[in-house]
Amino acid sequence: MAAPGAAATDLEVVRGKRAALFFAAVAILLGLPLWWKTTETYRAPLPYSQISGLNALQLRLTVPITVVFTRDSVPLDDQEKLPFTVVHERDIPLKYKMKIKCRFQKAYRRALEREEEALSLGSMQEAETVLAEPQKQAEGSLTVYVISENSSLLPQDMMSYIGPERTAVVRGITHREAFNIVGRRVIQVAQAMSLTEAVLAAALADHLPEDKWSSDKRRPLKSSLGYEITFSLLNPDPKSHDVHWDIEGAVRRYVQPFLSALSAAGNFSVDSQILYYAVLGVNPRFDPASSSYYLAAHSLPHVINPVESRLVWSTEIQKGFPGSSAASLYPVLNFLLYVPELAHSPLYIQDKDGAPVATNAFHSPRWGGIMVYNVDPKAYNASELPVRVEVDMVQVMEVFLAQLRLLFGIAQPQMPLKCLFSGSKSEGLTTWELDRLLWARSVENVATATTTLTSLAQLLGKISNIVIKDDVASEVYRAVAAVQKAAEELASGHLASAFIASQEAVTSSERAFFDPSLLHLLYFPDDQKFAIYIPLFLPMAVPILLSLVKIFLETRKSWKKPQKTD
Amino acid sequence: MAAALPLAVLVLLLLGPVGRGHAEPPRDTLREELVITPLPSGDVAATFQFRTRWDSDLQREEVSHYRLFPKALGQLISKYSLRELHLSFTQGFWRTRYWGPPFLQAPSGAELWVWFQDSVTDVDKSWKELSNVLSGIFCASLNFIDSTNTVTPTASFKPLGLANGTDHSFLRYAVLPREVVCTENLTPWKKLLPCSSKAGLSVLLKADRLFHTSYHSQAVHIRPVCRNARCTSISWELRQTLSVVYDAFVTAQGKKDWSLFRMFSRTLTEPCPLASESRVYVDITSYNQDNETLEVNPPPTTTYQDVTLGTRKTYAIYDLLDMAVINSSRNLNLQLKWKSPPENGYVHYQPAQDRLQPHLLEMLIQLPANSATKVSIQFERALLKWTEYTPDPNHGFYISPSVLSALVPSVVAAKPVDWEESPLFKTLFPASDSSSHFVRLYTEPLLVNLPTPDFSMPYNVICLTCTVVAVCYGSFYNLLTRTFHIEEPSTGGLAKRLANLIRRARGVPPL
Repeated sequence: MAAPGAAATDLEVVRGKRAALFFAAVAILLGLPLWWKTTETYRAPLPYSQISGLNALQLRLTVPITVVFTRDSVPLDDQEKLPFTVVHERDIPLKYKMKIKCRFQKAYRRALEREEEALSLGSMQEAETVLAEPQKQAEGSLTVYVISENSSLLPQDMMSYIGPERTAVVRGITHREAFNIVGRRVIQVAQAMSLTEAVLAAALADHLPEDKWSSDKRRPLKSSLGYEITFSLLNPDPKSHDVHWDIEGAVRRYVQPFLSALSAAGNFSVDSQILYYAVLGVNPRFDPASSSYYLAAHSLPHVINPVESRLVWSTEIQKGFPGSSAASLYPVLNFLLYVPELAHSPLYIQDKDGAPVATNAFHSPRWGGIMVYNVDPKAYNASELPVRVEVDMVQVMEVFLAQLRLLFGIAQPQMPLKCLFSGSKSEGLTTWELDRLLWARSVENVATATTTLTSLAQLLGKISNIVIKDDVASEVYRAVAAVQKAAEELASGHLASAFIASQEAVTSSERAFFDPSLLHLLYFPDDQKFAIYIPLFLPMAVPILLSLVKIFLETRKSWKKPQKTD
Repeated sequence: MAAALPLAVLVLLLLGPVGRGHAEPPRDTLREELVITPLPSGDVAATFQFRTRWDSDLQREEVSHYRLFPKALGQLISKYSLRELHLSFTQGFWRTRYWGPPFLQAPSGAELWVWFQDSVTDVDKSWKELSNVLSGIFCASLNFIDSTNTVTPTASFKPLGLANGTDHSFLRYAVLPREVVCTENLTPWKKLLPCSSKAGLSVLLKADRLFHTSYHSQAVHIRPVCRNARCTSISWELRQTLSVVYDAFVTAQGKKDWSLFRMFSRTLTEPCPLASESRVYVDITSYNQDNETLEVNPPPTTTYQDVTLGTRKTYAIYDLLDMAVINSSRNLNLQLKWKSPPENGYVHYQPAQDRLQPHLLEMLIQLPANSATKVSIQFERALLKWTEYTPDPNHGFYISPSVLSALVPSVVAAKPVDWEESPLFKTLFPASDSSSHFVRLYTEPLLVNLPTPDFSMPYNVICLTCTVVAVCYGSFYNLLTRTFHIEEPSTGGLAKRLANLIRRARGVPPL
């Protein structure tokens, strides 16, 4: 071929190559980013590292204890050293990813003049009223008064006293190791009144592996912003029984005081209803010996189901709806008073050993309680059916309030040896029991929020189709901050603010987790995506790729050639 | 005055222990009622009404205690500050032309209208939340109510109950015509009844019968009413109504013969002990139409006459609280029978069920001589499920031919024949008598074109667009990247090439 022709061909080849490369460059630099940007799902950045850091969080629960020494409670030379602070710290061994440490921070000080006077009074009640007056103690804190060894404030054989408020009294000692001995007694009392392993284990029951701690009985109600309490009178046989109960009065007299004492733990709403023709799910057995009917312990779990269908209205739709006000989202506690039908009365509940239960009632954790109320058999003789039945509300409310305490995980206090317990106040709840509930709830809330955030982060990491909107992201940030704040407040012993922060953490984390916008683009299967992309992408990509391969091969050949000639 | 006061206290003290319990009037009452109306078309309408009246001011009390009034609705009233709530779920349409005027008609689907109290600040928010909660309670899609289907009527829908001032900005109205009413809506409705479905009239509410009807409408109406004649305080009234119309052909196989058992597959056995009134009314007004007379069994003890809906009506009353009504046979099974003069002809119609059975219409008619008889049936074309289309759906769908079986009078009377001896073609159909012969005729099958969708349209569009784009792109790409050679102009063409071929074979250099 002629030289100029070859040169022109070479020029053409180079131009062709350049055009192909330009196409490839445009497709890669312009087309791909454009496609990527337009089909991208919006994902706001989330604090993933902080969330995974929450799991390794160390919870330090500080209980501030003020130990007040009266004049002759400990040897004089020891008193010279006052005031000073002792910290008693120990791990709480739970199989939980968070390390939990319990710190009793004891501030020792001398008694003020006023306190001296109060503690020299004749009886504990008087002393308490005088001591309680001036200032309110912070939530979670304790004050322990150390009185002289032979004070007559306590009965001679008693070493300590626990009051209904956040105060306790411990007998002092004149001994060389007085501070150590008194310190040990103070810790003993403080453990009875404040944090214990069992309380925390019960609070974390959902988050712990199945073992001895997480048996069903210990499961208290889940922490929530509020609770709805419903008292229901079940009258399955209105033809025979005309049942009346003074629920208004009973609620006013017994339930409201208890709930107002508990109001720091959440909002409560109370209502009641009467359900007719509502029967239990189990047919009671007849016991010929006592000519009565009984429900065996093993059949109790089946009792609730048919009643449940009358109690519960489907609320799934309400729950899924973000705008609906919170009042309907609170967990419901049911207390059922069951008046058995004439054909099945009297009806008794048997425990596992076959003996009748004294209260004739049982409770189901996290659900509520049921009490069977038998009609006095004498009533049938007097008049014709239906018999008018007036329910004895004192007897009923005693049982229901005890069940309410159990459902909230407020166990019967365990007293150390030689300790006098004043008994709870008229509301049926001591202040330190409430504090203990708040400790447990705060720890539970922190654990719940951490779990929710972790699973949300995992879920978002796993499924890349989920849209993360800015408001979801801000809820996540808020929840993380609240968890951290709660942990700090717990460590510095501010129980009230820690509880509020932990509640905020749970609310924010759940709001983020259940946000409906997460689901918008979830259903976008890959095969359909490809079916749409292939008709366009394949005819465009194949020529580009082929020419790129060709250019690549040619350049390699032209690189190799000079080497060979060398 | 000073002397009178201690006396009054004394009297109260004396009365107190004795009258305790019985003296207090019941704070809530329940009345239930069933009206059975035989309709002119032969169908039967049954209308249940359950009315719970509660003498309580719901808005003021903080802790609420419920007895007969359902808690779920009571909480709504106080939480959303409702003044009135009317909710209905309806399947089918009340055909006024055939059935006469209804007691209370409701539109097909779900209808909700609510009057809020004046104290509500954000009516739209409350309305939205309320419809969501109601959709949870009644298992219905009321959560689809939003601003696009909500209106605020200004002239219609005045409050039905006690009202002072009608500021229409507190009214919201919405209809969901597509809402399908089903058992899941009936179950929560029944749960609101104090006697559930265990006693009284509610025993009859059995879902599989109530939905096997041509009209089904259930409703909840809440409104404030006067507690006493002077209207010094208000009570709340909850009315639960349910109307059904049983089709004479579907349920009773064309016979106008009804009973409670046939309609509801239950009978009434005992009154609800909580109800202060429990009655069944049967409309026994004689229409004087087609010479039919209605016979009710057992015969009623009392009747009630009044002008309802513009006409004078007579009702038979059965009071369930009256022991005699039920005690005689342990249950009450009302029977309604039309006594009519015997008539010729027979019509049997079995309606189709989708994907289960076809329509069947049989008629026995005597055709007059020299006349044309036309039988026509209206049908609607429907879209099938896309998997149900045949491979060539545009061909159409066949409808089997109709059959005409007739005894035609013979022109010439045939003589009786011996069955065994006569030719086989004569003995195919048995002849009853010699004056007529049997003929069975078939019509042509009908080919109906159903609307067929384009099954692959969306994907075709994508493919076509992509092809167009790919072709444009391809030619551009080709044009721009192809290498162009300048060919030497060749001379001679085919002849020269042939010559060269021969020269090469000969070993001579080419041209």
